[in-house]
Amino acid sequence: MQTIYILWLRQVKKYFRSRSRIIGSLGQPLLFLISFGFGFGSIYQKAGEGNYLQFLAPGIILMSVLFTAIFSGIDLIWDRQFGFLKETMVAPVSRLSIMFGKTLGGATVAIIQGLIVFVLTLVIGFRPTNFYLLPVALIFIILIALLFTAFGTAIASVLEDMQGFQLIMNFLVMPIFFLSGAFSPMEGLPKFMAIITRIDPLTYGVDGLRGSLIGSVHFGLGFDLLILALLTTLLLFIGSYLFFKIEV
Amino acid sequence: MEENNLAISVKNLTRKFKDFVAVDNISFAVKKGEIFAFLGPNGAGKSTTIKMLTTLLWPTSGEILVNNFDPEKQQDKVRKSFGIVFQDPSLDEDLTAFENMQLHAYLYNVPSKIRNEKIKQLLEFVELWERKNNLVKTFSGGMKRRLEIARGLLHQPEILFLDEPTLGLDPQTRNHMWSYLKDINAKEQMTIFFTTHYMEEAEKIADRIAIIDHGKIVALGNAKQLEEQTKTKSLEEAFLALVGHEIREEEASNLDQLRMHRRMHHVDRR
Ligand SMILES: Nc1ncnc2c1ncn2[C@@H]1O[C@H](COP(=O)(O)OP(=O)(O)O)[C@@H](O)[C@H]1O
Ligand SMILES: [Mg+2]
Repeated sequence: MQTIYILWLRQVKKYFRSRSRIIGSLGQPLLFLISFGFGFGSIYQKAGEGNYLQFLAPGIILMSVLFTAIFSGIDLIWDRQFGFLKETMVAPVSRLSIMFGKTLGGATVAIIQGLIVFVLTLVIGFRPTNFYLLPVALIFIILIALLFTAFGTAIASVLEDMQGFQLIMNFLVMPIFFLSGAFSPMEGLPKFMAIITRIDPLTYGVDGLRGSLIGSVHFGLGFDLLILALLTTLLLFIGSYLFFKIEV
Repeated sequence: MEENNLAISVKNLTRKFKDFVAVDNISFAVKKGEIFAFLGPNGAGKSTTIKMLTTLLWPTSGEILVNNFDPEKQQDKVRKSFGIVFQDPSLDEDLTAFENMQLHAYLYNVPSKIRNEKIKQLLEFVELWERKNNLVKTFSGGMKRRLEIARGLLHQPEILFLDEPTLGLDPQTRNHMWSYLKDINAKEQMTIFFTTHYMEEAEKIADRIAIIDHGKIVALGNAKQLEEQTKTKSLEEAFLALVGHEIREEEASNLDQLRMHRRMHHVDRR
């Protein structure tokens, strides 16, 4: 417990210490919100779909959760290369608690980042319609944060160095974001797109968050929650397994 | 029970990496309270041995006891009983000196009552108390090493492992560091196991020295015995007589390159 706490604290402390990075990381979601939210808004409205910013905001919130979570997980590569990981590996604590401390810390950071972007969307003009579902929205944010931090940890346990990182970004993380239905409705997608979208875990987060914030849901909140809970558990297992195999 | 006086006992220890034998059937024992040196050129197998003694690597074959515990089967007991300063840095540079110590105290379950007092005492001991709230990345190499030593001592280990602890340190820092360590060794009967490729260091500091080359221990004893064995007049000559004159390539550290990468990566994130 003590181990999990102190490694969690380390992660959170380091996040709050890098203020310039927090502010910097708000640039991207802001850009998306303004350029897409207002840029495509009129087309979207003409197509009779209502306010695009309302539709877009949940996806952008999860985008920042996704990116922050993956980066926090991948941070493990630096811990390994800069030697800090050895300090934890020779300590009389289980690897599971090291992995959990790190993952919980990374997920906490991603959740905070998501909440900041949520506030940002409110400032720009996003208006959630179901206030009583806000706790459910938070659960979706938490699950996505945990899922992708564990995912990042799993990747970092396998990657030797940062060489493969760009590859992962371009061929895994970006597609996960763009194919999650963050930008366009699930209805009326071509068959193959519909299939890809269904494979993408983030899809269920976006759907669930949209459902809980603006009441428009495709799969159903319960279904989204179930899928994400299962996937998160699975990823935590895979992440722990790969973390156990690390040699320093 | 003879074993009880031994801090470390190693029998027929071998470690292979695929077909390459990094540590080749070595045996030795270190007494409690002793200062023991592994002296050998680059690539001799010193770090690999330390990693096996400290539960970071499993042996391919052979027996190890550290404080009478088996590193493979009694991991946590072994881990609690030693402190280690690795060859490469292992601090979190984005945390302060105090936070690095605190983290260690939590990992080793140092009781909260004495935690802060102990940290203060050790940071004063290595003359870093004034800098306790500075981020480690602002520290010089010598300061980082001292902090790592303080950290390694925080949970009051019975053995301290030091893997090439003075590599890259200037002579003043080196002397300073050894004077702390000899002090603790004398006061608390703490066993010290260190590796080095500096002959003077082994000769001056260690009670006994094992000369290791190509994974094998080629000689073991105090400096005098080693000179007698090789019929030479100094440890330096003894060493050269045993391991030859060929130059071993230093393994290039790519840490600087890494740091650059990291900076780029951080820029990426924005
Ligand atoms: N993980 C590893 N995989 C393959 N070879 C290794 C590994 N670790 C060490 N070696 C090799 O084992 C030999 C001994 O290494 P090491 O114990 O680090 O030497 P020393 O610490 O004495 O300089 C070297 O030739 C090194 O390249
Ligand atoms: Mg070495």
